[in-house]
Amino acid sequence: MAEYFTRMGDGEALWQSEDELRADVEAGVEDAVKRGKAKPLDDADIAHLMDILKMPEKNVSVERGCEGIHTFDAGTLKLPIRSAVPVSRHVTLLIHERILCSDTMELCNTDYSFKMVKNCAPEEAMQMEQAQQDMIMPVFYGAMPNLGLYTKPDGQFDNWAELLPQGKIKEAMDAQEGAAEQCYEDMLYISSLQAEAGACGIQFDTAGASGDADLLAALKTTKALKEKYPDTCVTMGMANEFTLGMHGKLEFEGDKLAGKYPRDQVQSCAKAGVDMYGAVINTNSSRSFAWNLARSVTYVKECTEVATIPVLVNAGMGVGGIPLSAVAPTDATTRASKALLEIGKADGL
Amino acid sequence: MVMKGMRIGEAKKYVADKLHCDVFDLTDSAKMKEIRESLDLGTVNDRPHASYGMSAKIKIAELLDIKIPSVELFKKKLGAAL
Repeated sequence: MAEYFTRMGDGEALWQSEDELRADVEAGVEDAVKRGKAKPLDDADIAHLMDILKMPEKNVSVERGCEGIHTFDAGTLKLPIRSAVPVSRHVTLLIHERILCSDTMELCNTDYSFKMVKNCAPEEAMQMEQAQQDMIMPVFYGAMPNLGLYTKPDGQFDNWAELLPQGKIKEAMDAQEGAAEQCYEDMLYISSLQAEAGACGIQFDTAGASGDADLLAALKTTKALKEKYPDTCVTMGMANEFTLGMHGKLEFEGDKLAGKYPRDQVQSCAKAGVDMYGAVINTNSSRSFAWNLARSVTYVKECTEVATIPVLVNAGMGVGGIPLSAVAPTDATTRASKALLEIGKADGL
Repeated sequence: MVMKGMRIGEAKKYVADKLHCDVFDLTDSAKMKEIRESLDLGTVNDRPHASYGMSAKIKIAELLDIKIPSVELFKKKLGAAL
């Protein structure tokens, strides 16, 4: 029986027969249905996904007409910091526009959290203003809410991750509410400076990383920002496929945030005024690429069916079905991109 | 898509209509080079006297009938509508 080259969720090479691939695809779909109560992929979608997984080419591409936009988070971290290329952030933006042909790009600080940007926010806005003179593609300013930074000893609030195991539920909830309010104020201040510097938009990345209070701060900031600067675009990328209920009772516009999956997250984002939503589906490194990709596509397809705003799927190391490895193999990234756009009907990545 | 919150299909059609081309042409790099050069919207390769950066964006904002925040800021600094 023919075997097909594929990978495990940690990137390790794996050869699977068609039956093994299909069994993993069906199990991945089933996991999304069971955990997230997602609508399963239909037979045609599964057949299409199997075709993508079995393609003999090393790298694959989307069919004509299915192209989506290619965006970046942690934008200017990638060349000068992570890859240690000695170029400025301004030059990084130009490289992305003129050489890598990115559709959008993001200016960001090395410490990628809004709280850490506060002390240099005016200088970051100056950098944005200069960048906008030279750039044609949309340039965003991005950072994470990262609510955990507001806990002691870095911040003023008690750490809810320590309070909860002690049974101090009320104290943990109060700490999160206080931190979310302070985070909201910081994000609105920084985002406003960026909007006034001519940023095309603000990117709230990894929203919900510290749970529902983290997401609430990002949604509240979006709403306030859009009221102040209606022409400034907001993109919001999630931290994971399931909003953690570290608080558990927080609501935005009457909707409880804890426990939301992509189909519900996108609707809360739209309600806040978010212009583009970034879906995140985490990779299970102990399962195969086929399992992870099928699970991701199931969540994304359901999300794009209900979305009123563009859905850009986070597709990188450890998310969007892509293996959890520092250097993502292109056989996996291109297959994931194709499946997320053609079957998941995503607007971009 | 960024400035009007459109889904990808709607955004492609909007841009194609404004450029008077087919949606198919938007992902044909040879065709788009011709269109961008003829409208002076900026291209990947720089050319003598061609627009890039802010000057290209001003033209894009007019052509696509969108408000680009940095263009609006630039106009405000000049103190006159462009």
